[in-house]
Amino acid sequence: MGNGHRSRHRGQGREGAPSHSSRSDSARTLVLPGEELPSRGLGPGPGTYRVNGRIYASVLGLLQTQPPSVRVAPLAGRYIPRARDTVIGIVTDVQGTFWLLDIGAPRWAPLHMTGTPWKIDFGETQQYLRVGDAVVVAVEQIENTGRIGVTMIGDGLGKLEGGTLVSVSPAKIPRIIGKGGSMIQMIQKSTGCTLVVGQNGRIWLDGPDDGIVEVRSAIRLIEEEGHRRGLTERVQAFLDHGSGAPRGPKGPPPTAPWAATAEAPEPDPAEGPESEYDFPEKDVN
Amino acid sequence: MSEEVTAEILTTHILELARSGRRLDGRRPEEYRPVSIEFGFVTSADGSALARIGETAVVSGIKLEPGKPFPDTPNAGVLTTNAELIPLSSPTFEPGPPHPRAIEVSRVVDRAVRASEAVDLKRLCIAPGEKCWTCFVDIHVIDHSGNLIDACMLAAVAALSRTTMPSRRFELGEDAPLALAHLPMETTFCRLGNTIVVDPTFEEEGAAQGRLTIATDEVGHVVAMQKGLVGAFAPGEVKELAEAAFRHGDKLREAVRGGTRP
Amino acid sequence: MGSVGAKEIPELIGADGRRIDGRRPDELRPIRIVAGPLHRADGSAFVEWGDNKVMAAVYGPREVHPRHLQQNTKAIVQCKYNMAAFSVDERKRPGLDRRSQEISKVIAEAFESVVFSEEYPRTSVDIYIEVLQANAGTRCAGLVAASVALADAGIPMVDLLPAVAVGKVAGRIVLDLKKEEDNYGEADLPMALVPQSGRLVLLQMEGHMTRPELGEALDLGVIGCRKIYDVMKQALRDRYAAGSVVSGAAFSAAGVAP
Repeated sequence: MGNGHRSRHRGQGREGAPSHSSRSDSARTLVLPGEELPSRGLGPGPGTYRVNGRIYASVLGLLQTQPPSVRVAPLAGRYIPRARDTVIGIVTDVQGTFWLLDIGAPRWAPLHMTGTPWKIDFGETQQYLRVGDAVVVAVEQIENTGRIGVTMIGDGLGKLEGGTLVSVSPAKIPRIIGKGGSMIQMIQKSTGCTLVVGQNGRIWLDGPDDGIVEVRSAIRLIEEEGHRRGLTERVQAFLDHGSGAPRGPKGPPPTAPWAATAEAPEPDPAEGPESEYDFPEKDVN
Repeated sequence: MSEEVTAEILTTHILELARSGRRLDGRRPEEYRPVSIEFGFVTSADGSALARIGETAVVSGIKLEPGKPFPDTPNAGVLTTNAELIPLSSPTFEPGPPHPRAIEVSRVVDRAVRASEAVDLKRLCIAPGEKCWTCFVDIHVIDHSGNLIDACMLAAVAALSRTTMPSRRFELGEDAPLALAHLPMETTFCRLGNTIVVDPTFEEEGAAQGRLTIATDEVGHVVAMQKGLVGAFAPGEVKELAEAAFRHGDKLREAVRGGTRP
Repeated sequence: MGSVGAKEIPELIGADGRRIDGRRPDELRPIRIVAGPLHRADGSAFVEWGDNKVMAAVYGPREVHPRHLQQNTKAIVQCKYNMAAFSVDERKRPGLDRRSQEISKVIAEAFESVVFSEEYPRTSVDIYIEVLQANAGTRCAGLVAASVALADAGIPMVDLLPAVAVGKVAGRIVLDLKKEEDNYGEADLPMALVPQSGRLVLLQMEGHMTRPELGEALDLGVIGCRKIYDVMKQALRDRYAAGSVVSGAAFSAAGVAP
């Protein structure tokens, strides 16, 4: 098996993003690495590879047929960054001109001081962000070296103050956001909390203590029952009666500049996989 | 280095919750996580147990071998405790020689087992000054979600409580139960501001301003203590925590007494 | 192998053609796989296979430490195979020995042959295998556990890697040796198969086999691997098919709650 025959692809599909929700749950097929996929003239998309004209899954996930390609949306694993994703990072290292952020991806992402709204001189980085600080940033590009470029300049991006963090599998994020942001809006309204959902599986929340407890429980409920029908109704019922805990004050969530980022990014249909993911024939057969 | 850096806001949140007597996982400060034990998990050992405290899981296996007694204790056997904080169990553990925190866990468990005289070392003597049993208590942490000291102790004592002395294997007569004289247990507390919580999770340990472990036995003695991490406790607090340590220790002892020999 | 010492050689194959534990020559020991039992790892699996108990965890792809090991064009695959002190009859001293280091190396290379490591340059995929109870075939059990753990960690790869040892016992080629057969048999041949391509990425052998016997052993091993493959796939389906994935699947019998 020649190592040189491996191909590279990045950015993998995601579990049922809102625009694909027309597919019924029964159509969700779990596939495992090495499983041959029905290709019917389609090309190999993310999460797949092609050998001798046959297409196989390379990751554990859900089969998605999206002409002109067949792809596998991973159900497990670390966050795979995509350009334009909003993510929550934690500062793990401070250098003279940049910080290294843990965004739950395979690699740490450098945030350069020019990628912030602040005017910083060399060596002053430590005064702005320290190890352990949490920030909302946007992924700009992923280089061939695996380097993840991020920026803090943009609407809703910045340092997080107060509140708390909850982590979930990145594959569950579309469920937590809901169709057009419906789930997250409902949670915010019922609990009086403000949420910022990072595509990397980190969720920041702030609000009354009881509200935070409720949101945590609601997120666990979505994680565990996200595959069942009527999820929104069940989460609503849970928030209305489920916890039995006294409720925090209701009302519009406090305005946070980044609250607007809690939106599901619509997958771009123009993002054709064929060129980016076309695999050279592999030498495995 | 540890790969995982805990977000400062999470640490702050844990401390804020503690101010009103709450915890991230919904427990009360004095509430221990659910505990379970599976005895005889490893049949290649002379005694073994898989102990769980919440999401923390630890396997302990006991091995007995004939050896030579120490010159200063010719009538006693030898007891050795070794805890391995293997990198399988946490993203922050690395391969290589034992980290000081693994050595601390080993020594704290060892001290409590020894001081409580749970294993009667005189019974491990075979021929005074010449031959005795060496009892190896090996502890493997396999899932680290906090409070390793209590979990390691629970696994070790559970394993010891069901250990058979393998006399036949070494042609030293018939196999017999090791029979523990006492059931010591560790109970660990962490300071989160003015609130002290029992059985901390790893997130709480990360936010802790001091950790105190108190080992108790079933007859009402405190047999070992260890204050760890940066932080301090008042003598009055230690007295109160000792009372609480007996309550929790008794429940852990019940878990070890329950269950049947494999 | 072959050195019997003072102990008596047990009868490895009976008059009825059955093996020391009643198995037929081509029969596997009972195998049970649980995917995702651990909470902190990116992926994990527990394998109970005959009297072996093996846990595997995968962390990564993640930043490489120490940094000089980093490769610019791909992820490195690192493996640490370790036996618990209490996993064998005579207590094993903790720490890496030469045997463990060799096994770690060949397992890491087997996985590097199937993982799409080019997708994650400058990172590391770390595989940890802990043998909690050993009874021959621990490298195969460890490899199977690690493979399920890699899939559970979402690592892209050509295929799962089933593995099994074939051997020669009392003159016969048999599948999946247990301890007595390993100790007193004539040959031991562990292998790991890529089902998608039909090729072997781990292959070791020790003992004596004729060329026809070697052919027979390889064919039997492939059949055994395919059976193991089915169990591995089922373990992953059990964890993910329902759509609700909670880590910490029970891998042991229920304990006693106070």
